[in-house]
Amino acid sequence: MRFGVVIFPGTWSDCDFHYVIGEVLHQPVKYVWHRDTDLGDLDCLILPGGFSYGDYLRAGAIAGRSPVVEALPDFVARGGYVLGSCNGFQILCEAGMLPGALMRNECLQYRCQSTHLFVENAETPFTRGLRPGQVLKMPISHGEGKYYADPETLRTLKARNRIVFRYCTEAGDVTKDANPNGSLENIAGIVNEGGTVLGLMPHPERAAETAMGGTDGLLLFHSLVGSLVEDGSVLKR
Amino acid sequence: MRARVFVRLKRGILDPQGAAVKRALEGLGYREVQELRVGKVLELELEGTDRGQAHGRLEEMCRRLLANPVTEEFTVEIVEDGARGVR
Repeated sequence: MRFGVVIFPGTWSDCDFHYVIGEVLHQPVKYVWHRDTDLGDLDCLILPGGFSYGDYLRAGAIAGRSPVVEALPDFVARGGYVLGSCNGFQILCEAGMLPGALMRNECLQYRCQSTHLFVENAETPFTRGLRPGQVLKMPISHGEGKYYADPETLRTLKARNRIVFRYCTEAGDVTKDANPNGSLENIAGIVNEGGTVLGLMPHPERAAETAMGGTDGLLLFHSLVGSLVEDGSVLKR
Repeated sequence: MRARVFVRLKRGILDPQGAAVKRALEGLGYREVQELRVGKVLELELEGTDRGQAHGRLEEMCRRLLANPVTEEFTVEIVEDGARGVR
């Protein structure tokens, strides 16, 4: 299925995503420049990690108003999938595609480490190859990953089963100690109402080969590709 | 005209950066500081002389980009009218 990997000035995980999709998953993939708005030939758009526009003003703020991001509502409305990782998650929140915000880590330190993720929702196109309660190992690398949402938004997220991943221990316990950045209720990833836009702080593209220390990130891609194939050609154009 | 926009975290939202700066001041002996929160000041130079219109446009800029409505609040002030340098 056809993937696009967006490049903003300051993006850094674009090559990793491109490599994993093209060389590991063997799916067609191309780069998409941040000024491009024609996404007609794509099924899934990736917003990779990095420091778009130097994180000026707020992480993801300027990229969140860029032409490619302003084209996302239409892309999603006609069935496109969007995965934002790290800075991509920040951009999706800044653009209002996902609720809440990513704030400075509570510890005030940049955290580059391995984390474990509790799979809360295994019904999204990104997680349907997983089982609820499964524990995935994936790295994080960010200074502003503390998820925040007001109480009403949090209630909605829970009621609609939109919390997809929570930071947990290796054994799968969602504890304060397993929370690397002070995220509200250990939230590491959420989806939009339709389940087709996923934002997560961890880096699935950095956990896609055994040589890199694990392949759990690949499970998200397999879920997604499986779902795309299962649905037929997916996008109504 | 010149304007200033102040962006700060909403009340009730934890400001770990402010807490760290407060601790540093305590370390320097400034124990009277009870609370400290870090915000941002943006200074803008604007075309035009209509204060009311400028104020409205600045608030729109804040809502659309300069502040994040989820976590931040803002205030806008016009600091100088007319030609640059003249108060």
